[in-house]
Amino acid sequence: MQRTVTVASRVGLHARPAAVFVKATSAASLPVTIAKAGKEPVSARSILAVLGLDVRGGEDVVLETEGDGAETILDKLAELLTEDLEG
Amino acid sequence: MSRRVSVTEDAEPGEDARRLSGIGIGSAGVAGPVALMGAPEPPPDPDAPPSAAPEQETERALHALSQVAAELGRRAHLVDGEAAEVLEAQVMMAEDPSLAEAVAARTVAGAPAERALSEAFGLFRATLAEAGEYLAARVADLDDLAARAVAAAAGRPMPGVPVRDEPFVLVARDLAPADTALLDLAKVLALVTEQGGPTSHTAILARSRGIPAVVGVAGALSLAEDELVIVDAAQGAVYASPSAELVERTRRREASRRETAARASADTAPIRTPDGREVKLLANIGGVGEVADAVAAGAQGVGLFRTEVLYLGAVEPPSFEEQVAAYRGVFEAFDGRPVIARTLDAGADKPLPFLPLGEEPNPALGVRGLRAFRAEYEHLLDTQLAAMAAAAEGTGAELWVMAPMVADAAEARWFAAKAHAAGIARAGVMIEVPAAALCAREVLAEVDFASIGTNDLTQYTMAADRLVGALGGLQDAGHPAVLKLIAMTAAAGAELGKPVGVCGEAAGDPRLAAELIRLGVTSLSMTPAALGEVRGALGQVRFG
Repeated sequence: MQRTVTVASRVGLHARPAAVFVKATSAASLPVTIAKAGKEPVSARSILAVLGLDVRGGEDVVLETEGDGAETILDKLAELLTEDLEG
Repeated sequence: MSRRVSVTEDAEPGEDARRLSGIGIGSAGVAGPVALMGAPEPPPDPDAPPSAAPEQETERALHALSQVAAELGRRAHLVDGEAAEVLEAQVMMAEDPSLAEAVAARTVAGAPAERALSEAFGLFRATLAEAGEYLAARVADLDDLAARAVAAAAGRPMPGVPVRDEPFVLVARDLAPADTALLDLAKVLALVTEQGGPTSHTAILARSRGIPAVVGVAGALSLAEDELVIVDAAQGAVYASPSAELVERTRRREASRRETAARASADTAPIRTPDGREVKLLANIGGVGEVADAVAAGAQGVGLFRTEVLYLGAVEPPSFEEQVAAYRGVFEAFDGRPVIARTLDAGADKPLPFLPLGEEPNPALGVRGLRAFRAEYEHLLDTQLAAMAAAAEGTGAELWVMAPMVADAAEARWFAAKAHAAGIARAGVMIEVPAAALCAREVLAEVDFASIGTNDLTQYTMAADRLVGALGGLQDAGHPAVLKLIAMTAAAGAELGKPVGVCGEAAGDPRLAAELIRLGVTSLSMTPAALGEVRGALGQVRFG
């Protein structure tokens, strides 16, 4: 199951927003991947891989996971990414 | 390389401890656990074979990562704001599951733990570095993590200064100013270094902060993390894993020493020799920030105001106005008392970016101190002298100004003429070069006073680099050769009726202070933390 989300935080998935996102995916019951156009999907539980994607504010990312509760998890993560996580 | 100090077992009968010896700084004795300062980590040998089976190498590598995460997590709790966020992000990186996978993939393939860690970090580093400036700070964080993890895997202390909740004895090869800037000195019971002599950065820091230290300790790095040690600065000894009895004895002796020092601090009566000569006890300071300590310690004035300390990081020469403002704060605090300001003293060990002196094969013997002004920066001296005179005006402080690194009478004359022309009544020189001490009469005839800088005078007399730990034993201001030069200078001062003080580290050494006064020195200037103890020591001496 996939979900395309536009990242709201102006700094993108760097610094604090990346940390908040990775903490959320690490707490989720299923492994999630995150991908950006032109790059391979990476584990969304890896802060180093997420930082390495170099996602800027306003860019789209594709979240993907499979299994029981996938829908709920993607909903939550999508909601998180569309918030401004800089605060 | 030969060493003066040695490691002996059970040096004193009945004392159940391994004794290491070195050069003591201060006279306190304390007991506490060792925290080792990590040395910068060399890159792992690319061809090193694994020392154990792949499963064990994997475990060793992953354990190193969790140690690093735990250590940084602990640090994160000690700070707040941005520093805490950076540390928390580093903890997440150390705990990154993809990093662990990359490490394990390498150990399973036969790499030793250190190389697996180094290569796995390198993989992620390359990705982050590609993102450019956005992630430049994260790349630096990652490099720091990699160095820590490799050190932890190898069983070596992690690089950088230790951070602990409980007080500790810091043990290091040596300490650089950059290390001590990060150090929470409130938690440091004592400093022990393998390198360094009595005038090394560690020793000066210890003296200025009143922290006991033993430097130049051969075998210091053999002490284990968290091992209990007694640091006895008075004896220049470190006792490893001492008996409870020895710890208790040290504690009692320290309590009585503190009591004596406190009594001496409270008694600020002037020190007089039997012939009625008053010896002033003055403070060495680097700026207005140290004035409060100096006044609280009962300083009768300032014997060495190191003006270059104000401008160590400055790229542009400080303007006249900036200098007036900086000096005035110090002068105002010493209304009616002498303040001896030293003109900018640049040298290899304290370069001033706005006063570049170029590369020199032997900087201790190069263009430094007054020589820099005479060579090409005369205008900087003129501005500084004018600023000092203007700053002192109306403050009530008695301004004395001296130049460092003066070699002979001609240089002394050149400087005194400039200072007098700037309106400064008392112009003097530092006696640090043996030539100036040998011709003290001729030099003093040109100026109004002299102050002996024992650190450099000792270095030049003994031909022993201040920064070479192995030569620490020669860095002894109490050596007869150095004392003879001090006596010659003091005698010339007495003959000409001109004050001759001492402002080197020797002045703050309670064991040397009385000897310096016997030689005829008229004032002792030291770090404020040493004033109480020196006054106490002099109070117990009869001068004859």
